[in-house]
This record gives sequence, C-alpha cells and structure tokens, in this order.
Amino acid sequence: MLFIGACLIVACQYSGPEVGPPLIIPEGRMVLKFDNIAGNEDLVLDNKTYSNSFGEDLTISKFNYFVSNFKLLEEGGDSYTIPQDSSYFRIVEADPKTQTVILNGIPQGKYTGIEYIIGVDSLRSVSGIEKRGGALDPSGDMAGDGMYWAWTSGYIFVKLEGTSSKSSSSNGKFYYHIGFYGGFDSENKTVNNIKNVKINFAGEKAVVTGDSVPEVRLTADVLKVFNGPDPVSVEKNPGIMFDFTLSSGVANNYKSMFGFGEIKQNSLAK
Amino acid sequence: MPALVLLTGAAWLTVLVGACKSEDSVEPEDNAPTLLVWKKPANFPDPVYDLSKNPLTVEGVELGKFLFYDGMLSRTNVIGCGTCHQQQSAFTHHGHELSHGVDDQLGKRNTPSIQNMAWNPLFFWDGGVRDMDFVPFNPIENPVEMGETVNHVLEKLRLTPDKSAKIPVDYPNMFKAAFGTPEITTERMMKALSQFMTTLVSAESRYDKFAMGDVTALSVEEKEGLILFRKNCSSCHEGELFTNFSFRNNGLAPLKNEDLGRFDVTRRESDRNTFKVPSLRNVSFTAPYMHDGRYKTLGEVLEHYTDKVTNLPTLDSAFIQKSGKTGLNLTDIEKESIIAFLRTLSDDNFIKNNAFSDPGIGNAF
Repeated sequence: MLFIGACLIVACQYSGPEVGPPLIIPEGRMVLKFDNIAGNEDLVLDNKTYSNSFGEDLTISKFNYFVSNFKLLEEGGDSYTIPQDSSYFRIVEADPKTQTVILNGIPQGKYTGIEYIIGVDSLRSVSGIEKRGGALDPSGDMAGDGMYWAWTSGYIFVKLEGTSSKSSSSNGKFYYHIGFYGGFDSENKTVNNIKNVKINFAGEKAVVTGDSVPEVRLTADVLKVFNGPDPVSVEKNPGIMFDFTLSSGVANNYKSMFGFGEIKQNSLAK
Repeated sequence: MPALVLLTGAAWLTVLVGACKSEDSVEPEDNAPTLLVWKKPANFPDPVYDLSKNPLTVEGVELGKFLFYDGMLSRTNVIGCGTCHQQQSAFTHHGHELSHGVDDQLGKRNTPSIQNMAWNPLFFWDGGVRDMDFVPFNPIENPVEMGETVNHVLEKLRLTPDKSAKIPVDYPNMFKAAFGTPEITTERMMKALSQFMTTLVSAESRYDKFAMGDVTALSVEEKEGLILFRKNCSSCHEGELFTNFSFRNNGLAPLKNEDLGRFDVTRRESDRNTFKVPSLRNVSFTAPYMHDGRYKTLGEVLEHYTDKVTNLPTLDSAFIQKSGKTGLNLTDIEKESIIAFLRTLSDDNFIKNNAFSDPGIGNAF
C-alpha cells in the first residue's frame, strides 16, 4: 500500500507535458555597487570643488542616472540576461541605498564581465503605465530626483547639476539633463542618447554559487561627463537639455564614464 | 442614441453567468467594480486608446471624476483639472486666452478642450505626449499650472478623508472600489483619470444627426457651410473628429515670446511654429481660439484665414494659393455660412451631462 501511495503522489506531481528529469538550475545572486567618483577620488556633493578640462571650477549638487538591461558575461563566451522587468535602476548620488543593486536569480557560474545600457530602452520608454513601476515610476519630483520629462513623455538618462564661478547662467549653476531614446516612430525621430556599456572584470571573476555572493564595484566618474570626446564648458553651455547636438555630445562623454573597481567575494546566507 | 451604455451590475453579472454556463465554479467577486460598456459613436473611427489595458468601470470613472475636479492635484490644493477645463466651455477655460494656474501664474498656451480623448494619437498643442495615461503628469508638474509632483499628490490622497475639506472624500476607499484594494499608486491614479476622460465623448451635435442620415438636421445655410468647409478646411479638420491630428503652421504671426510649438518636442525645422490641428467639435463653446487664444470670435478666426495669414517658412501649403497669395479665398457670406455650419458641431448634452460635472469638490475661476 505504501508503495502504491508513493506512486500516486508522483503521478499527481506530474502536471505538464515535459519529459525527463526536472530542470532545476541552482540560482544565486550578485551585488553591484555603483560608486560615483570624480577622477581618482570619491565624489562629494556640494562641498568639494573639482575642475573640468577647460580649467573651470565645478561643484556637483546632483548626479543621477538610469542603468538598465543588464547582461552578465560568463567565462567561455556564454551570457545571462537579467529578466527585463527586474533590470531598471535609478542611481542617485544623494541616496546611498540606490547605489546598491541586487541581481537575484542568477545562475551559478563564474562571471567575467557585465553589459548594460545607460538610460531606458526605447520600448520601455513608450510602454504602458502598468510597466512603469519601481525605478521607472514617473511620479518623481523634477526639482528633486525626478528623472521623467512630463512634457515629452520620456526619461532623463543622466541628470548632472552643480555650480561654477565660470557658469554663464544668471544663478551661477549648470544643468545637464540628458535624455531622448530616439523617438517613438520613424516620423518622430529624436536623437538617441542611450549608450551601451561593457565592463570586463579585468581578469577577475565574480563567482556565483549558493552561498557565495560576489559584490562588484563599478565606478562612475562624473568628470568624464565633462571631459570626453565632446568636452563640456559650463561657461559656454551652462544648460544642456533639449538641443540634440549638445545633448548627444554629453552622451558621447558619459558613454565612457563607467569603470571596474573590484570584486569582493562575500559568503552570505541566501 | 446615447454614447455610453451603462449596464447595471445585475445585468452585467447575467451576461457573465450566461457566458460561463458550462463551468460551475465561476463566482463573481462581491467587491469587483462594475464594468461599464463603452460604445463608440457609430460615425466615429476606432479609438486609439487601448481600453483592454484599462477597462472602464463605474467606480473607476467615478474616482477619475473626483480626481479630475479635486484641487488636491495642485500644490496650492485649489487648482484642479476642472479649474481650466470647464464643462460648460467643452472643458476649456472660457474667456481665458491663457490660463492661470497656482499663484495666478500664466501659462503660455490656450487651454485645449478635453473631449473625445480616446481618439487622440498625440496630446497637447505640441504633441509631446502620446499615451493618455501620461497626460496628467504634464499639467500637474508644470510650475505655472498645478506646480505639484505626482508623488506628493499620491501622499495627500493617501491621507484622506480630510475632515476639514468641504467634502471629505475618502480616496483610499474610492481606490478600493475601483481597483479592489485601497492602495494608491501612480498607475491607478492615471488609469482612473483616463477612464473619466475616456467617457468625455461628444457625438450628439446636430451635425451628428445629419451624419447619421437625418437630412433635416441642418438648414440650407448650414449645408452650404458644410460644403464650403469640406472644400476649404477639411484637409486638416478632417473626418468625424474634425482634425487629422497633424501639426501645422496656420500663419499666426509669432507673438513677443515666440512659441516654437512642435519644434520644442521634435527639434525638426519643418515643425517650427507648428501646432496641433484642434478638433472643431463644440467650437462655439471654446473661445478664445488658437494655441495662444488670440482670437475671441469665430469671425476673427475666419478673417485670419482670409486676410492675416503670415508667410513663415513652415506655413502650411493649404494656405498658399497658386498665385502665391497666402490665405483662403472666401467671401463674407461664405464665411458666415461656414460659421453657421461650425455652430452645428455644438453638443448641448456634452456640456450639460451631469455624469461629467463637478461633484462639488472643484473650484472654477
């Protein structure tokens, strides 16, 4: 009788057309630390003066950006794409808790690098409001950390603000709000300031196993937003938002702002 | 024929049960909102708003109506959507060339009508928003309109009922009735507003009776006006919605602070000084006219099209005659006929329907 009972239980568990042994992939997680820096030092908001390649003094009051669509690169050329609904993050320098991103449900493996985009992909930029929860919630305060443009219904990808004695604006501030995903159809094209980022872990490996949670530190150098292929002068352009040419120049700079810090291999209970 | 058919809860349940006869386990939830069947006017095209993502319910529309009129959506708790979008003016701000928002600050454009929203592929004079669910962010967050953040509106709504309010609306309860739980989120707030705005259909004018086959609905002069309208105006004010939703430069000379219109959104030279072609439904209620409200009467509007069209580089080709002269060729009598026809687009039911009216919480100035 016991034997028959056991068989019945097995039979009841079978509920689909799949054949073969159950496919269980052991899963783990990875922690990403977004560490905003200015050159070789940790970025300090408001109270520290930096300078750009024009020698203009800068203090930074806001440095926020969207990163999304993460893909982990594995040893041997394979990769794992994070499910898109869990792959949008808004990093806010003034809000440290936003700087730690936890990627859950990662297959066990040894990861050698990571790819993501700066910004919000065009599909999600035009999707229905039911797809705009979490970091994408458009309800934020534009004067604060809000990153949604109500007037053109799109996200700001990188928001950088501060003060400079060289700024030509009437209040001595500078404002760089860089967005635009390319427009919702061919009739309504805009510039596309989404940028792909690929970071190799410099030969190190992020090892994901059940009890090993790697913490990967990625740096974002705010000065590179100024000092790239299209250097930004706060005197010449204290505000860049809507002008496609100027904003794509800033995007060409921020494309290269990320770098690899290091990997800490933590043993944490899942 | 009514534009909206509201089945009662009991009638709807009958339909559901009838459809599921073979299954004995289907039991409607007690507190599920009551579905509202939305009917497209027979002479209208299919709407562009996807109602399957946001099915209208009695409770959702009711919530949307309260949100629409509630001043709590503004920083000063005084300016509601209904402050500048007043029903008796077909949801425009009657007499206001430019509307005044929080602290009496002036906007830069004339309040557009809220009607037949579900057919709109792009919203606002510059077409910056293409999904109705994202429309309210714009006025709420504009510093000279409502000057608020949606986040803060949500916080205020969560703290209701406010016993000191003139009508202490219990929003958590209304959200529960509309969406099943009292949670107040961005998505729910926007969907409720869209539900209410979707019900604001105007399709019962005398012109509609004519379009549906009643040849006596228009007078001889009005019919002459319709013929002239079709010949001179309908390349832009096209079809049953009286707009093709395109962006055109109709020859308005820029004012002191030049408004670049659609160019501000697309940065395309060809869009410089272009604005959305507005629907002309209820046009006799929506004065003043144009994106900056510069004309007070329809007579002035027609006079613009015959005599005042300014030839800027992006002027629409409809206003350039073969001879090179700008504007339309219309006699005074023809203009009067066109205006007579335009008045047949007035829909008294739309501006009087209690279902659309302020439930007593709004402020109109």
